[in-house]
Amino acid sequence: MKVLVAVKRVVDYKVQIRVKSDNSGVETQNVKMSVNPPDENAIEEAVKLKEQGLANEIISVSIGDDKSQDVLRTSMAMGIDRSILVKSQNTLEPLAVAKTLKIIIDKEKPDLVLMGKQAIDDDSNQTGQILSALLNWPQGCFISNLKIENNKVFISREIDEGIENLETSLPAVLTCDLRLNTPRFASLPNIMKAKKKPLETIDIDTLGIDTSSKIKTLKVIEPPKRKAGIMVNDVKELVQKLKYEAKVI
Amino acid sequence: MSVLVVAEHDNKNLKSSTLNTISAAEKLSEDIHLLILGNKIEDLAKSSKSIQLVKKVIICDHEKLENQIPESSSPIISNLAENYSHILAPSSTFGKNLLPRVSALLDVTQISDIIGIESQDTFIRPIYAGNAISYVQTDQKINLMTVRPTSFEKCEETGGDAAVENISFIDSEVKTTFVSREVSKSDRPELGNARVVVSGGRGLENSDNFKLLYDLADKLNAAVGASRAAVDSGYIGNEYQVGQTGKMVAPELYIAVGISGAIQHLAGMKESKVIVAINKDLEAPIFNIADYGLSSDLFQAIPEIIKELDLLNQIES
Repeated sequence: MKVLVAVKRVVDYKVQIRVKSDNSGVETQNVKMSVNPPDENAIEEAVKLKEQGLANEIISVSIGDDKSQDVLRTSMAMGIDRSILVKSQNTLEPLAVAKTLKIIIDKEKPDLVLMGKQAIDDDSNQTGQILSALLNWPQGCFISNLKIENNKVFISREIDEGIENLETSLPAVLTCDLRLNTPRFASLPNIMKAKKKPLETIDIDTLGIDTSSKIKTLKVIEPPKRKAGIMVNDVKELVQKLKYEAKVI
Repeated sequence: MSVLVVAEHDNKNLKSSTLNTISAAEKLSEDIHLLILGNKIEDLAKSSKSIQLVKKVIICDHEKLENQIPESSSPIISNLAENYSHILAPSSTFGKNLLPRVSALLDVTQISDIIGIESQDTFIRPIYAGNAISYVQTDQKINLMTVRPTSFEKCEETGGDAAVENISFIDSEVKTTFVSREVSKSDRPELGNARVVVSGGRGLENSDNFKLLYDLADKLNAAVGASRAAVDSGYIGNEYQVGQTGKMVAPELYIAVGISGAIQHLAGMKESKVIVAINKDLEAPIFNIADYGLSSDLFQAIPEIIKELDLLNQIES
């Protein structure tokens, strides 16, 4: 089985982001960037499948500028065999990301595609669903458990009501929840080894697809700030405040 | 033009998120159609036609739609699309799972999780876990959007008399089969919809201690929530998680107990009207957004709060 993992480079989840002063977007220069957190779960799951002998080749793909090589190197340090960077100067919308991935998938012919359920920058939560529709493959979204046996795929998905268990077949597109696994830390020797693993670069303009934006961002603003509250001294004061000041109990 | 709302339901009742989404649709058109895809949904169709804002209820009733596998339902929705300027679904796991697949079939870019509607083509949505708010505009032939339920009021469920139209099922080759659903049964209000939410974090230390929160929640007729840390640690099920990758809530009162206040948690609850934080760590970031903070050991504070609430009730009765 061949597994393809899609990885996005995003502002690190610990960074307190800043809106640009001209309201054109969020400041991404000179801030720490990392692998999108649920994409790390996707990488980890692919590496586990290889360790279990279920996958024989695991590859990662990212779309972005040259700096996105970082996240691909990270994925290879975690155990991915080789990577593909689709070079694009523009930020792509989920539909364009899925179309780009589809071209890579048509060429690489993986049996399984894994990716995070959403990117923590634009929070769209769309790419996996769109990709599975474009490929006409089954989709399994927000998965927190995966078992593959004889080409059968058993997944548990996190839904608002609890957990949903589904059975499907390969090939499939699965999007990973943070609870699917615990991503490993790349060891120093593996980071060194990853530098020698193959990283192919493809220019997005050579793919012949429409990746133009369909959505125009008019402005990005800071959310309204909450007014600072007060500290109460004890439980009695808290309950009195909630009853007679806030009037919520 | 008309707007189509895709209903979230359990084949018996509409989820309240559907009612919020209909309110969002009202800002776009007076001609709102409600699409219900499910199995044995005659009764559901009957009860839905009385929603005042809905002009037409469109039903596709088929056993293969029982569990709403997106591979089955998305072609039915995309097939209706040419009649509509907008297609809306709640930004719940139901809508997130389904609508992007429809957008792929229609070759349009969906706008996720909108919290406001400026005009027919301009929408407001949070990005970066709600730490920035983006105003976006589109000139696509049709706009697909998921709607954050807590940003729109629930519409009235009565007073209307919509027409009901049955449409035929489109059979697609679907390789996914439903196995089971593990749903926790609770008499408490629904988390996304409750007037009061009592949420616990890692400070609770284990699942047994969550019983303290359940007691407090029952006193306040509140829903129970949790931080990601508490869910990851196995103290409580994923359906209780509030935050960027969990549920969005905006109750009148949110009580955060033993929750430090990570960015991704705040994303799910900072629209609450009144926020109370109880944490022994005075440096916890949750205090920066709380209206009322109490720096105290929660294992002492919670039983005391329950006692105080009992006292209040005695005085009132």
